[in-house]
Amino acid sequence: MSIDQSRIRNFCIIAHIDHGKSTLADRIIEKTGTLTDREMQSQVLDNMDLERERGITIKSQAVRIIYKSKAGEEYIFNLIDTPGHVDFNYEVSRSLAACDGAILVVDAAQGVEAQTLGNVYLALDHDLDVMPVINKVDLPSAMPDEVEKEIEDVIGIDASDAPRISAKTGLNIDDVLEQIVTKIPAPTGDKTAPLQALIFDALYDSYKGVIVFIRVKEGTIKPGMQIKMMATGATEEVIEVGYFGAGQFIPCDELPAGMVGYFTASIKEVRKTQVGDTVTDVANPCAEPLPGYKKVNPMVYCGVYPADSAKYGDLRDALEKLQINDAALQFEPETSLALGFGFRCGFLGLLHLEIIQERLEREFGLDLVTTAPGVVYHVHKTDGTMMELTNPSNLPDPSEIDFMEEPVVAAEIMVTSDYVGAIMTLCQERRGVYKSMEYIEETRALIKYDMPLNEIIYDFFDALKSRSRGYASFDYELKGYVKSELVKLDILINREQVDALSFIVFKGSAYERGRRMCERLKEEIPRHLFEIPIQAAVGGKIIARETVRAMRKDVLAKCYGGDISRKKKLLEKQKEGKKRMRQVGSVEIPQEAFMSVLKLDEE
Amino acid sequence: MEDIMLYVHIPFCVKKCLYCDFLSAPADGESQSLYVDSLIREMEQKSLVAKGRNISSVFIGGGTPTILSDANMKKLLEAINNIYKLSENTEFTCEANPGTVTKEKLMLMRKNGINRLSFGVQSMDDEELKLLGRIHSAADAFESYKMARECGFENINLDIMSSLPGQSEVSYAKSLEKAISMNPEHISAYSLIIEEGTQFYEKYHEDVLKCSKGEKTIFLPDEDVEYAITKLTEKMLGEAGYHRYEVSNFAKEGRECRHNCGYWLRRDYLGLGLGAASLIGHTRYKNISDLSEYISIYNTAANTDKKDTLLRENSIATTENAVHENGVETSNISTYENREELTVMNEMEETMFLGLRLVSGVSEKRFYEKFGVEVTEVYGERIRKLTEQGLIKKENGFFSLTDRGFDLGNNVFSCFLFD
Repeated sequence: MSIDQSRIRNFCIIAHIDHGKSTLADRIIEKTGTLTDREMQSQVLDNMDLERERGITIKSQAVRIIYKSKAGEEYIFNLIDTPGHVDFNYEVSRSLAACDGAILVVDAAQGVEAQTLGNVYLALDHDLDVMPVINKVDLPSAMPDEVEKEIEDVIGIDASDAPRISAKTGLNIDDVLEQIVTKIPAPTGDKTAPLQALIFDALYDSYKGVIVFIRVKEGTIKPGMQIKMMATGATEEVIEVGYFGAGQFIPCDELPAGMVGYFTASIKEVRKTQVGDTVTDVANPCAEPLPGYKKVNPMVYCGVYPADSAKYGDLRDALEKLQINDAALQFEPETSLALGFGFRCGFLGLLHLEIIQERLEREFGLDLVTTAPGVVYHVHKTDGTMMELTNPSNLPDPSEIDFMEEPVVAAEIMVTSDYVGAIMTLCQERRGVYKSMEYIEETRALIKYDMPLNEIIYDFFDALKSRSRGYASFDYELKGYVKSELVKLDILINREQVDALSFIVFKGSAYERGRRMCERLKEEIPRHLFEIPIQAAVGGKIIARETVRAMRKDVLAKCYGGDISRKKKLLEKQKEGKKRMRQVGSVEIPQEAFMSVLKLDEE
Repeated sequence: MEDIMLYVHIPFCVKKCLYCDFLSAPADGESQSLYVDSLIREMEQKSLVAKGRNISSVFIGGGTPTILSDANMKKLLEAINNIYKLSENTEFTCEANPGTVTKEKLMLMRKNGINRLSFGVQSMDDEELKLLGRIHSAADAFESYKMARECGFENINLDIMSSLPGQSEVSYAKSLEKAISMNPEHISAYSLIIEEGTQFYEKYHEDVLKCSKGEKTIFLPDEDVEYAITKLTEKMLGEAGYHRYEVSNFAKEGRECRHNCGYWLRRDYLGLGLGAASLIGHTRYKNISDLSEYISIYNTAANTDKKDTLLRENSIATTENAVHENGVETSNISTYENREELTVMNEMEETMFLGLRLVSGVSEKRFYEKFGVEVTEVYGERIRKLTEQGLIKKENGFFSLTDRGFDLGNNVFSCFLFD
């Protein structure tokens, strides 16, 4: 079957989180009959349990659908779903490179949000044509006229004929489908030219090995071909090519220029496949690789340890598997006196961290202990060298430090005018430097602050939501490093320093943080036979202290009717509970204690 | 042959208390009669177990055994006396709840051998009683106690519960003072434990939730109050002439509950009735806990067919048991839902964590005689550590808990479990 390039449309859907991106994808798939009703389940493209539960898209997903236009012509739609959260911007940019156009979904009640803007700019960066759609017009609070104007004013794209739809009810989905044909350009590229295909994702399948997701820009890829990954230099023979059915891979004879699909080859080493690399023909190579992607660097680091130290190897395997299609995840081995062997992992943000942690626990059945997340600090030493500090334990002696720098982000917060005061207060509390504020419309403002990243990685997002009653949205990007007064806060339990609880903090916040940390740990550490002092220290000086008092009463009352077995079970449970704790000196610390510090700022 | 003890369970009560997780529920008179008939059948079936053995104690527990009609009570007691060899010295206890006894019933009980009563008084404060969901008042407790004395009972225990919702040292002291003033021979002073599956458990967790939202709730006393209450109990009871002989049991000289001590010393006991537990030789058993199943197994008149089927089904499974040396399973009918063969290690664990509950502690000599190995060979390191922590001590060949050890018993007990 030869594919007419002019009948192909490669596009993605971009939107602010919760604006209905995945629901629209569902409707498009449903309308084009790609799935039978039986196969249809909500959020088809979010096939991770985690994605469905949280209602978010984490991984990009692609699906090929056939659409018969009103003029009676058949089109191939390659729809690529993209994540909405700021932490996953890099995923978005990978997907965008495989597309020729984007559908921009804007909520008719919420209007343009920070991430709407962020995603549109990303799409424009990739030279995509953006086609706006106004969703949720069935809501009582919908204001489609205002939103249409907002799209034109704020984003600067024509929205006069933007379909006004309800992805939930299916209203006007046909208009969307027709506009995909008319507004999104067909791909270009010569299918007889030397092969040039972009790897935009990959995953590991235990039967097929690595499945490589590609967008063919030039030439044609087919089974039997010897191909070369231009960056890694690996050459392989293509075993299978195909396209994306909904939730399954469908093999085909070839993928010509303009198509989106996958190929498999006998790839043993997953590291040889790099997302962003260009695939070409060994026999007839293209002149130069495609631009690829901007490399993403982790912004947040934390220690990840198996709760059961025997599972260290399993944790390493799991991290390696996740890394295949998550280039932003980085990890290297580290050891902690309190937690044993584990990994220092780098993430794009706190949501990314949470997602990876949950995937490790769910998909790989691991029980984890994570330490407080931190950012990458620049430590300028007196000898003139600079080290990138990702683990607080590695902080050099103060006498060797000239000065330190911390990362600062440019934060954009969109909020309704009622909460502007509250949000500004929050930003000030978190050491934000006010930049500007503009009213996008009468009731909504875009506030810009420069903020230290380490002030937002804990719970800034939660605080933002609670102080604005859910009305604020937030986006940020790394701006650079600035000099800062930073100290290492150590925690001593029963006078022994617990390395896994140390963290770097702004000097001015050290006292407050230390105090809260001690309070929190006091709640988490059970009473022992002896009194346990919990202290926070900076440079050997104690700045806060709490005490876990000695246990006074713990004995089972009477036993009834001679049911000894039950009594024994209770004692066994108690003993088992102790085993799950981490021994630091003579103190047993529950694993939860190491994580409780993540929630330090809860009021 | 070694003595054996009997435990007889009556799984009925007037109304389930909010904290109760024992096998007990309200039931009509007909069910009670059927149950008593079944229970008697079970006694007959298992009479071999106690054959030729002196019955050192009998304990009828519940539920509320005194809820039984006089006729049922009479039938049950006569059966116990007929089937088992009770002696003059047998300690024969029956639990009773204030407000559920009459003079007639008490006389009947005494006439049929019961020589010790245990009243579930729990508290002498009406507010606290209401909170616990008890059906009686403090005045009822006085009244029933007085009645028992008038009927000639000379050995009476009162159960007193501490760590109740909203309880303070002061309110507890008042309650205990009243109990002491009644002058019983024995006081069982234990603290409330919130067990999963009870109404209290749900209520308590609701409270915790409410409290986290800043609402006012009745809270359970914390560890410090509990500790203060324990110390107060020891002091008040000590001054009133009651000595502690077990974690939560206090008695006047010579009035220690033999049956209770038997559990801690791992004496053999045969449990009869719904959900009752037994220890016979090296085996622990637990009876089924479904009332209708229990009744249908034993009640021939009610369900002959079912019984036949069960008999047939069980005859295969119990062929080997039929020759079981101790005779507990010589019957064709098995009512055990759980049977645990104890290993030597299990028995060592039990010897320690049960024996240490007693003030007298664990006899080094008895341990050696039983297991052929010195206790210090098995537990030397643990004993050394616990001694160092000031939780146990050794005196005159006995290992026992120190005062602090009694407060923190669980730390000691769990220490003797093997991995």
